[in-house]
Amino acid sequence: MVYENPDGVMVGLEVHVQLNNLNTKMFCGCSTQYHDAEPNTHVCPVCMGLPGALPVINKRAVESAIKIGMALNCEVVEQTQFHRKNYYYPDLPKGFQTTQYDFPIVGNGKVVIEGEDGEHVVRITRAHMEEDPGKLIHMGSIEKSKGTLIDYNRSGMALIEIVSEPDMRSPKEARRYLDKLRNILDYLDVFNGDLEGSMRVDANVSVMGGQRAEVKNISSHKGAERAILYEIMRQKNLLRRGGEVVMETRHFDEARGVTISMRTKEGEHDYRYFPEPDLVPMRVSDWAPAIREELPELPDAKRARLISEYDITEMHAKALTSDIRVADFYEVVAAAIDPRVAGTWVADVLKGELNYRDLSVDSFTTDDIIEIIKLVGEDKVTEQSAVDVIRTILDNGGTPMEVVTEKGLLKVKGDVVTEAVSETIAENEAAVQDYLGGAEKSLNFLVGQVMKKTKGRADARQARELLVEALKD
Amino acid sequence: MTKWLSISDVKEKIAATSAEEVTASYLELIGKSSINGYTCTSDGALDTAKMVDKGEVAGPLAGVPIAIKDNISTKGLATTCSSKILEGYVPPYDAHVIERLKEAGAVILGKTNMDEFAMGTSTESSCYGVTLNPWDHERVPGGSSGGSAAVVAAGEAPISLGSDTGGSVRCPAAFCGVVGLKPTYGAVSRYGLISYANSLEQIGPMATCVGDIAAVMDVIGGYDARDSTSIDKKIDHQAALVDDVKGLKIGVPDEYFGEGVDSGTEKAVWDAINKYEEMGASWENVSMPNTKYALAAYYTIAMSEASSNLARFDGTRYGPRNDGENWHVMASRTRAENFGKEVQRRILLGTYALSAGYQDKYYLKALQVRTLVKQDFERAFANFDVLMAPTMPLPAFKIGEKVEDPLSQYLTDVNTVPMNLAGVPCISVPCGSSDGLPVGLQIIGNHFDEATLIRAAYSFEKNTDHNKARPGEVA
Repeated sequence: MVYENPDGVMVGLEVHVQLNNLNTKMFCGCSTQYHDAEPNTHVCPVCMGLPGALPVINKRAVESAIKIGMALNCEVVEQTQFHRKNYYYPDLPKGFQTTQYDFPIVGNGKVVIEGEDGEHVVRITRAHMEEDPGKLIHMGSIEKSKGTLIDYNRSGMALIEIVSEPDMRSPKEARRYLDKLRNILDYLDVFNGDLEGSMRVDANVSVMGGQRAEVKNISSHKGAERAILYEIMRQKNLLRRGGEVVMETRHFDEARGVTISMRTKEGEHDYRYFPEPDLVPMRVSDWAPAIREELPELPDAKRARLISEYDITEMHAKALTSDIRVADFYEVVAAAIDPRVAGTWVADVLKGELNYRDLSVDSFTTDDIIEIIKLVGEDKVTEQSAVDVIRTILDNGGTPMEVVTEKGLLKVKGDVVTEAVSETIAENEAAVQDYLGGAEKSLNFLVGQVMKKTKGRADARQARELLVEALKD
Repeated sequence: MTKWLSISDVKEKIAATSAEEVTASYLELIGKSSINGYTCTSDGALDTAKMVDKGEVAGPLAGVPIAIKDNISTKGLATTCSSKILEGYVPPYDAHVIERLKEAGAVILGKTNMDEFAMGTSTESSCYGVTLNPWDHERVPGGSSGGSAAVVAAGEAPISLGSDTGGSVRCPAAFCGVVGLKPTYGAVSRYGLISYANSLEQIGPMATCVGDIAAVMDVIGGYDARDSTSIDKKIDHQAALVDDVKGLKIGVPDEYFGEGVDSGTEKAVWDAINKYEEMGASWENVSMPNTKYALAAYYTIAMSEASSNLARFDGTRYGPRNDGENWHVMASRTRAENFGKEVQRRILLGTYALSAGYQDKYYLKALQVRTLVKQDFERAFANFDVLMAPTMPLPAFKIGEKVEDPLSQYLTDVNTVPMNLAGVPCISVPCGSSDGLPVGLQIIGNHFDEATLIRAAYSFEKNTDHNKARPGEVA
């Protein structure tokens, strides 16, 4: 099956990734841990752009950028350079942004996503390093605000901007690309994606080979999917009415789910890029081999390995590797018990329960899940009870044995079940006759009765087998 | 007290009296000054001197007063680049050179007047008004470090710091009859120097003798991790204070004696070169064919960088702020009202030179010329130890003479800008006079070869009397 892309949708994404788990900012020694701090407390002459202050490149930021490039299958440039992008804005303390222009650190890569018609390649044009501006805070609403406050804590934070080719053909593919990117970045441990503003998206959208509109500053993956969906609809409607899509920058109103023109025509800005004289060109080709060696196993490789090493299903492997913490969790469990059984319990049961509660895997311990799976394996609790134990621990805490004891979930012995079977047969003659008359459904009723008598501690399969056996005679 | 003390004179005086007394006498002189060399004096100067007397501060410059150009950041002391746009700005940090000076025990007397944002050759574009040339109060002191040169020439400070983007240390040194060094690009950290044109400028010392230049360089020179263009190369400047030029090979570039060079200046410089020959050096003409393009390339690059460097002065974080209905109007008005005419001219020209469609023609072309100019120097230094030329093509001109004609003022930089394009070190030393006004001999060295430069300058000083000439008593 080949995806037809009937509307000729082309989406390219520019993703700004804030390297917020570096210790210091891009060009100065200020701490990056400003997220809960008072405004303008994580600043110095450099990130405040005070006269005379000079930038110094954060080596670890460059290493992170190279790492990201490698993970996106990019080529690493021989020598990289910073440029100044000149424009006036109050959040920009120097009146220019230090960024990269014609010598981005990495380029020419690709990411494979699950597309509309199976595996789909999104080409990566380039990824470059730059600094984050400060943050404007409008007093009251933006229309009625009497003044604007500026917090420069964010100013100078290291950003990596990842630019893709317009290879995505639907909002869903854009979402998948963003999820995959996040997944890879998590594996690289270069940022904390849970912090506000750690991943910001600009989406370039066009339909039917027309002009593109750029939707700026979308703060979530879901927001990106919605913004693109709206933008495709808007452009299609415009064309249907005989209108023309103009090249422009648009703003996504998250609350209303619409994009709004910012009335700034592309090409109006002349950023007067020129090489940053305060930073000399940096030869990075020599760094690459060492960084490549340190590169962790990435999602696709891990998925393939989990399948071959533990003999688990493709579906389980995908579910486990979509979050590196879950994958690591799984491997600890798989070392202690049958990896295939572990796969089912971690990928299907535990992950499902976590997602339902919007919790991360850190909310559960490997010891607990191992103990629970062992209880099932040793025939001490039923599968159903095991799920109950997991839920109870997630909701109320406690250890598996505490929950099992408290709830009386230890599986009852066979003779008790046999007794319950005999009683059930004796008490439900009509159902027994129906079953013997060929009504298979009646057996389910009888199994239910046995379970009821044993308060759920019987194994349903065993109860069924005993019933069938007893009724044969 | 005796004016015009060298560092060793100051130290002797401190030993005989006290650091406090020495500093106080300088502050008294400054208070009575009529040349407008300082933009402010430091309240902390006497305190530092007292600490020296108590032995709480030691170091090679303990108790030695120094004047600092107003574009070098001094913690707690106003730093305005002689511009209204930085009125009231007091840096919360010290420039690297200031930290070094303080560690060495130096006493910062105050800040010195300059062309606004170091853009000029006369100190006339300062918001504080022009500094007068101590030799002739009707004349400019040169620029842009006019205050730093004038206060040393007037005996209002034994030593000072200037900055040199296209001749801004050497020009006023020549006009005021003092010694001024522009170090190799990367030899002195620019951290805390308010940028005019980052790829060209260096902080440099000014003094009455070469020995003091070397002493200051040994304090302020060297690697600083906060300036990425700073280079880790150790130079022992004072060890180069040797009176010996035997075998020194001097190149004399034809192009630096071109049309428009004042005859008195030319004579003084040739006399100096002949003196070197007498002292055992040899000289030969050398051609530096790309010199004629240097001035245009210099101004294009300097203005382009300046247009970006000065973008931060928008009234948002420091300095005065004009009203406006929104931020952009406020910032525009603030800039229009508080930048002087020359600064606005250079910002506009630089913005133009970097604009899309023009960048290839101007900025990128200028970078190519810069490479050619560098190659001129590489070729010359393959055959010569140093080059010699007039620092300025003419002596100090009259106040107001070139104000209405910026181009004619730009042209006076013709002999000083090529070294900034190439990044090579150069020094201006007094070598006589023309019409009663001091003339500077410019000695140019190879990258990081300050030692040869200082040896050549020191030997000349030891074997002539030119640097003993003082205002009112020209030799």
